[in-house]
Amino acid sequence: MTAERERLAAPRPRRRMRGFNHRTGFGGYAYLILVLLVAAYPLWYAFTISTGDAQTITQRSLWIWPGENFLTNVQRVLTNSAVDFWNALLNSLIVSTTVAFFVVVFSTLAGFAFARLNFRGRRGLLVFVIATMAVPTQLAVVPLYIVMANLQLAGTIWAVIIPALTSAFGVFWMTQYLEQTLPPELIEAARIDGASMIRVFWHVGLPAARPAAAMLALFTFIQTWTNFFWPFIVLDKDSRTLPVALQALANNFFDDYSLIMAGVVLSIIPLLLLFVLAGKQLVEGIMSGAVKG
Amino acid sequence: MSNRSAATDRPVRRLGFGQQLSRWDVKLSPYLYVSPFFLIFAVTGLFPLLYTAYVSVHEWSLIGGEGDFVGLANFAFTLQNPIFWTALRNTLSIFLLSTIPQLVLAITIAAVLDTNLRAKTFWRMGVLVPYVLTPVAVSLVFTFMFADRLGIVNNLIQSVGLPPVAWHSDPFASHVAIATMVNFRWTGYNALIFLAAMQAVPRDYHEAAMIDGANAVRRFFSITIPSLRPTIIFVVITSTIGGLQIFDEPTLYDQYGRGGNDKQWLTITMLIQNTGWRENGNFGRAAAIAWLLFLIILLIGLINLAITRSISGTGVPRSRRVRRAVSR
Repeated sequence: MTAERERLAAPRPRRRMRGFNHRTGFGGYAYLILVLLVAAYPLWYAFTISTGDAQTITQRSLWIWPGENFLTNVQRVLTNSAVDFWNALLNSLIVSTTVAFFVVVFSTLAGFAFARLNFRGRRGLLVFVIATMAVPTQLAVVPLYIVMANLQLAGTIWAVIIPALTSAFGVFWMTQYLEQTLPPELIEAARIDGASMIRVFWHVGLPAARPAAAMLALFTFIQTWTNFFWPFIVLDKDSRTLPVALQALANNFFDDYSLIMAGVVLSIIPLLLLFVLAGKQLVEGIMSGAVKG
Repeated sequence: MSNRSAATDRPVRRLGFGQQLSRWDVKLSPYLYVSPFFLIFAVTGLFPLLYTAYVSVHEWSLIGGEGDFVGLANFAFTLQNPIFWTALRNTLSIFLLSTIPQLVLAITIAAVLDTNLRAKTFWRMGVLVPYVLTPVAVSLVFTFMFADRLGIVNNLIQSVGLPPVAWHSDPFASHVAIATMVNFRWTGYNALIFLAAMQAVPRDYHEAAMIDGANAVRRFFSITIPSLRPTIIFVVITSTIGGLQIFDEPTLYDQYGRGGNDKQWLTITMLIQNTGWRENGNFGRAAAIAWLLFLIILLIGLINLAITRSISGTGVPRSRRVRRAVSR
């Protein structure tokens, strides 16, 4: 009995190194299950509504169990004459991929220079980059529109792509990452071996930056994909991205909820797939500071 | 210029062409590498921002283009326009309704995630699902859930015997509905940020407190919350910048995107869009509103900073680097 008490009093070895706390109690799990239900229910709800039709849409059973018209509604979304969904999907893919690619390239290049190269004005320029993160550039939509209209780009996906090609956050994030992970000796060694600067970047900087670059690509892709305000203003009927097309669908068929929800379900599939593939990386990214908010 | 690079460290004899080239390479490359950011930012960020000031003091329409210089008339018009003040009220109301509950929820979720859970990754991924949903899609789903007559929310309210809520005609109710959409998408995301910060709190603090007899609740308020201070400031500032520009959710809250009959849920960014691209397409006024919103964001950001500083008290300052090293 005393031995038992002593054993209990002695500091127990921890099951895990991190998350110091006690074991999660019943209340903790119950809370998390509730949170997950709240997070998942609207998705399920969108799906079940999308399986209804004009008659069943008001029935309460549709809040829980799907009806029978899902494929009919999906077909109506894909074949209606007002909103070209496939085209929007293609536009979204082009825009998000292009933006993510260039943001990563430009941010890695700049981050490499800021973190590991010496040049006059380095500190000042870096401070400037960080300062621009605090400026809500969204507010410049009016002149941006004037610029795009003058360049004959308003109404094309280029109007969405070009302003998004760089990211102050990306530069800041890559700089920080490379400062911590890329040993300066590695660069000097490569220079002694006679490598040009661009080769040093390619063979030393880029491999070191890869984990952070992948994270940056992921978050930039999602952010670009979900973006609505500026695309909504500047894109026209043929250049709509998915969120803009979804809004147009809801606008055209405002009282046809099963159709709208079918559109919602279709539109969220791509990012849900991405989440299944890379959800773990997203969690890690957010927890390691790859966030912009 | 420092002489750190190997090429210039060696005793210099006569420089050959190759070496000359290499020196230029060292000197110019950094500028070349940072230039894409600055060039594109200059064209699509800095210039438009400054140009907003120019447009805002002119008569300028979507169709007709640049007109006469009108001084501060656009600003005067905006400040005398009751719709602007309604929009400001709505924006602030939605902002508060989305920021404060979200912070509290995110911190409590993070606290549970920080305990010794089984299947950690599952729960962490689970709370993040709403983040990958497009705001437009989220808004459409919730708009239908909050529909005045057919919506599930009013149905549930009525089934427990309460009167239905006028989710669209009542300004406050509409703000609650819109804030719910924002909270839905961002709470889990912020919970993960807080979780990372909590994991960076050294275990020794908790152990010392435990030895002194502090229970879990006491430790949460006396150790965890003060340690979260920098993170709370960070989250509040980012949600201020984002929250005051809220556009997607209120725009999709009905089919017209004009903020309701009495502008109950019109926000300032919606007003910019409505002024610039609808009705008569008045760019001058839209630019003036944009400038005013910029000043408001700046002001509220500073107020936020002051409030969060005083509320969360003296914390344990911790650099990002430490936080990251520990959370790995």
